Amino acid sequence: MARPATATSLSFEETAYALFLGLLAAICLLIAGKAWDIPMALHAGIGAIFAGIGVFLIINGALHRKAWTPELIDGKPNYNYGPIKFATIAAIFWGIAGFTVGLLIALQLCYPALNLDLPWTSFGRLRPLHTSAVIFAFGGNVLLATSFYVVQRTCQARMPGIVTPWFVVLGYNAFIVIAGTGYLLGVTQGKEYAEPEWYADIWLTIVWVVYLLTFLGTIWKRKEPHIYVANWFYLAFIVTVAVLHLGNNESLPISIYSSKSVQVFSGVQDAMVQWWYGHNAVGFFLTAGFLAIMYYFVPKRADRPVYSYRLSIVHFWALIFLYIWAGPHHLHYTALPEWASTLGATFSIILWMPSWGGMINGLMTLSGAWDKLRTDPVLRMLVVSVAFYGMSTFEGPLMSVKAVNSLSHYTDWTIGHVHSGALGWVGFISFGAIYCLVPWLWNRKEMYSLKLVSWHFWLATIGIVFYITAMWVSGIMEGLMWRAYDKLGFLEYSFIETVAAKHTLYLVRAFGGGLFLLGALIMAYNVYMTIRFSARQEHASASGLNLAPAE
Amino acid sequence: METYVALSHFAQEWGLIYFIFLFLAVLVYTLWPRNLRRFDDAAKIPLRED
Repeated sequence: MARPATATSLSFEETAYALFLGLLAAICLLIAGKAWDIPMALHAGIGAIFAGIGVFLIINGALHRKAWTPELIDGKPNYNYGPIKFATIAAIFWGIAGFTVGLLIALQLCYPALNLDLPWTSFGRLRPLHTSAVIFAFGGNVLLATSFYVVQRTCQARMPGIVTPWFVVLGYNAFIVIAGTGYLLGVTQGKEYAEPEWYADIWLTIVWVVYLLTFLGTIWKRKEPHIYVANWFYLAFIVTVAVLHLGNNESLPISIYSSKSVQVFSGVQDAMVQWWYGHNAVGFFLTAGFLAIMYYFVPKRADRPVYSYRLSIVHFWALIFLYIWAGPHHLHYTALPEWASTLGATFSIILWMPSWGGMINGLMTLSGAWDKLRTDPVLRMLVVSVAFYGMSTFEGPLMSVKAVNSLSHYTDWTIGHVHSGALGWVGFISFGAIYCLVPWLWNRKEMYSLKLVSWHFWLATIGIVFYITAMWVSGIMEGLMWRAYDKLGFLEYSFIETVAAKHTLYLVRAFGGGLFLLGALIMAYNVYMTIRFSARQEHASASGLNLAPAE
Repeated sequence: METYVALSHFAQEWGLIYFIFLFLAVLVYTLWPRNLRRFDDAAKIPLRED
């Protein structure tokens, strides 16, 4: 696109964004003034402030511009790292917030007094805050940061636009703020992992379309003819999440001045659409997106090409063909027709193949470089995450089998399964990626302290083991208690007896979660010190000798 | 209802055939011996950048 001659005048792109955000601010102000309920007034007010800040940032950025940013510097692509840095820091911030809320609600299940008898701090409102903070705020920012990094580097091209990449990153985090404050105020459409109401959904749709266009625009500009497999996974993640989001949020606001909406689907249709969405949020947000991270960061850190590029292509197509059908396994023994839930279970079982194919591909990338696991805690983190991926994708299909599901469903086994995937796979691959990204983005040789990375690794690993074993025991125990009959054919246990029996295991779970949070706090300190000071000399002291560096 | 039945049959049968052949095409593309060199080269993309 042609740019104006003087650097301080607004480009067409900047003008368009400034006008759009200015208009949005005006609409938000109008809605805030005429709002039917307090949350709507508050959210419209926040929207107006954010949009106003956006207009200010665009104009201010243009006024202080010395020259247009070049596409190339010394013949090399001038990669755009600013938005990636922001998303990386935001991921760490939201991660710690989300883990903390998780620990709090785990303790609420042990000690109900911690609900504080206030609506805003009750389990029912904090639980979606926790899940959305870790999945969409932490995970989402990790995906934004890594996808923008990977697509630029593997295409050898700068992301298009001046405002556009910033609009994606800041707009997405604005959505997080609206969604999160909404949960605390009781704004929800009651759909798991899709709680935000209609106005937040519309905003996310706009941001997501711009995200897709930015990603595609970078691929369009690529110097490298082949589109590397990680970009395929990112693209599948972005496109599918857009489709899922639109499909599962078919709702009509009762008024544009109200935060409340009415859903188009009802009954079992709604349940089916909800779990088509819910399971593919797992499949495409938490799996495809993070597999993209695996396919870039594991080879990069191990300094070896991926084990089999052919396998990665088959992995990709098999995974996206199969995952989309697995949703109905969330609805065994419900009003859903049985053929549909059988279909869901069957596709879940078939998913073993691409999942394990992908895991083997990731792990075998280390063949010939296994020794690096001893010396490099970052690589260890990435590899253990792939191992957890294998474990939880084995467990998931197992639990989708109807006979197993009749025992596991509604119990803590599900919670344990989710967390072995979320903490082990998504968490560890994200931490590994952050430990790689921070030195690359801020131009440092290495993290401030690899010893602290090691501490993070072990604390988090032990924490996960406590967490998932406690949930296995508690889940299977309560499942068996629910179905126990005495010799007269009456249920042996009342519900509250199963709750009481789980108390100790809930404490163990909270302890495991606490260790995981502690590890993340160590990471935040380590990242801060890396950005502020650079790497620390810590190898000499280990043996008590002052060895000369081998350079 | 009749439209629904007709549409769902069309989607089920032809959808199945379409997906199977699409996947077979992917397998042929992936395993075609001549493409191996290209894939080996593509695998090195992350390591090749500056």
